[in-house]
Amino acid sequence: MTGLPRLSLGPVLYYWPREILLGFYERIAQSPVDIVYLGETVCSKRRALRGDDWLKLGEMLESCGKEVVLSSLTLLESASELGALKRLCDNGRFMIEANDMAAAQLLSGQHPFVCGPAVNLYNAGSLQVLARLGMKRWVLSVELSSTTLESLQQQRPAGLESEVFVFGRIPLAYSARCFTARAANLAKDDCGLCCIDHPDGLLLETRDQEPFLVLNGIQTQSAKTCNLVGALDDLRRLDVDILRISPQSDHTETVIQTFHDALHGQCSAEDAELRLQALVPTGSCNGYWHGGAGMDNRDPQAGRLD
Amino acid sequence: MATSASHMELVCPAGNLPSLKAAVDAGADAVYMGFRNDTNARHFAGLNFDDTTARAGIAYARQRGRRVFVAINTYPQPAGWSRWQAAVDAAAELGADALIVADIGIMDYAARRWPELRLHLSVQASATNPEAIRFYHENFSIQRVVLPRVLSLKQVQQLVVESPVPIEVFGFGSLCVMVEGRCFLSSYATGQSPNTFGACSPASAVRWQETPRGLESRLNNVLIDRYTPDEPAAYPTLCKGRFRVNDRTSYAIEEPTSLNTLALLPELQAMGVAAIKIEGRQRSPAYIKQVTAVWRAALDMCRQASHNYRPRADWLEALQAVSEGSQTTFGAYHRPWQ
Repeated sequence: MTGLPRLSLGPVLYYWPREILLGFYERIAQSPVDIVYLGETVCSKRRALRGDDWLKLGEMLESCGKEVVLSSLTLLESASELGALKRLCDNGRFMIEANDMAAAQLLSGQHPFVCGPAVNLYNAGSLQVLARLGMKRWVLSVELSSTTLESLQQQRPAGLESEVFVFGRIPLAYSARCFTARAANLAKDDCGLCCIDHPDGLLLETRDQEPFLVLNGIQTQSAKTCNLVGALDDLRRLDVDILRISPQSDHTETVIQTFHDALHGQCSAEDAELRLQALVPTGSCNGYWHGGAGMDNRDPQAGRLD
Repeated sequence: MATSASHMELVCPAGNLPSLKAAVDAGADAVYMGFRNDTNARHFAGLNFDDTTARAGIAYARQRGRRVFVAINTYPQPAGWSRWQAAVDAAAELGADALIVADIGIMDYAARRWPELRLHLSVQASATNPEAIRFYHENFSIQRVVLPRVLSLKQVQQLVVESPVPIEVFGFGSLCVMVEGRCFLSSYATGQSPNTFGACSPASAVRWQETPRGLESRLNNVLIDRYTPDEPAAYPTLCKGRFRVNDRTSYAIEEPTSLNTLALLPELQAMGVAAIKIEGRQRSPAYIKQVTAVWRAALDMCRQASHNYRPRADWLEALQAVSEGSQTTFGAYHRPWQ
């Protein structure tokens, strides 16, 4: 085991208005997070901030001591989306998080890059190919378990950093269809950017009124919030370099502070668990980490690995 | 890469030897199959091929001048790696005409161990743009790409022009509304996904229950749908259930329809699509025979006289009769669907 894992803040997955975003990152600049991922990863129609705005935010955060990474779009279909991706990859300043193989292709042999959770890297062979091409860090696929991570860590190429999604509603699927527009009876081409009305996504319940999923434009998320604060000992034992917190509209700074305190022994895992339980919109889950259904929530004490 | 219009290939599913023979006899140019484990994305009980049936199937197709593709299109984790590696070796040694692959590690292994073996990029690799295709082409020499069922006709046309390799598109069968290979809904509910296990909404997690409110279908206890006595019940594929959003109950993600592009054939042919893929390795030999025969006739008519081509009423009836929910759609090829 080497040192403590660093904390990262993933890209904002929802469509928040410009002023909200700017205010949010002003506060994040003062929070104990080490790495900040910036940019729109879900829908190219969301343009509260433009390319230059993101770069300026990046400079501001960097001046406050944060490492900044620019996250790229996940589903690329049009020529204009590819053009925007090329400009992002050529920014000349910040590292890029590739969320599609298009970004990995553009960055291969050119600039170091991160592979985000939507790039399917399930085995050591895949890690080795991407590491050869310039991947410096990868985010574990959200559906993989601690057992798989342990094997990957044992076989990972030298110098490759690992990052795990430890807190947030889980990005589960992408479509060409916009489900938020569908719920509002709007066509995707004429959506009116209605996802701006849902700062934590739009809840989808089963017919017996159990919260199940969250619609976030073309992305579908879990209704439950993934919370691995109870697995911090395992994450440290597995030598994970970075723990990713995914932004939500409220309490993100408290979440960061709680993970920071738990990592630094300033509060117990049990207290951290209790604190975080009060901050999630519709319950928490950790099933993927324990090798089960993602929605399961195992007692972190009972589920602890030895 | 556009392909000459006279060579649009019909690629049909074979879940077992009788289906493979039915597809070949009804006019498939190529059939695709998988082995009996989680190395392929139709990992269903009683389906797929062992060494003996694979050998027989490949011989049957080969004697009739048809090609056989082997799907090894799920994502191995370290604990299962040797199983996937063995599947690649077996397919190569059996003389498969191509492997349909999704995982980067597997492509790397296959390209190094069997450099002469053709690789097709599976739909499960989610390549939706020319740069992504270029990645697989430059690194592993893939020679064809199967496109996700989320692209519009215009986007397919653009990709045919810009892709470094020929394009295969889905023509008929079940419709994934999510980008294939990028959907974890099934593992979120059940622990098993197409990527990890080769099945979506696996049968082992399904439970049917008569209740005072109606017949309920559940997936690992999550209520997927509920039916009144007059409603036909469908398999509880997670994204095709009815859910509540904004206090309204509806098919919030996708209606239980299936894809049918028979009417779009002249356009697909004109843009230079290399192959049309029929979904459905899980379907019966009778289904495969009927669907293959209709598509063979349609492709032949389209090739001979694309300007006069119109899907015949009896084709549409034959396909309609076997379609999921008895409703078909152009899917994403038709822009308003998106």
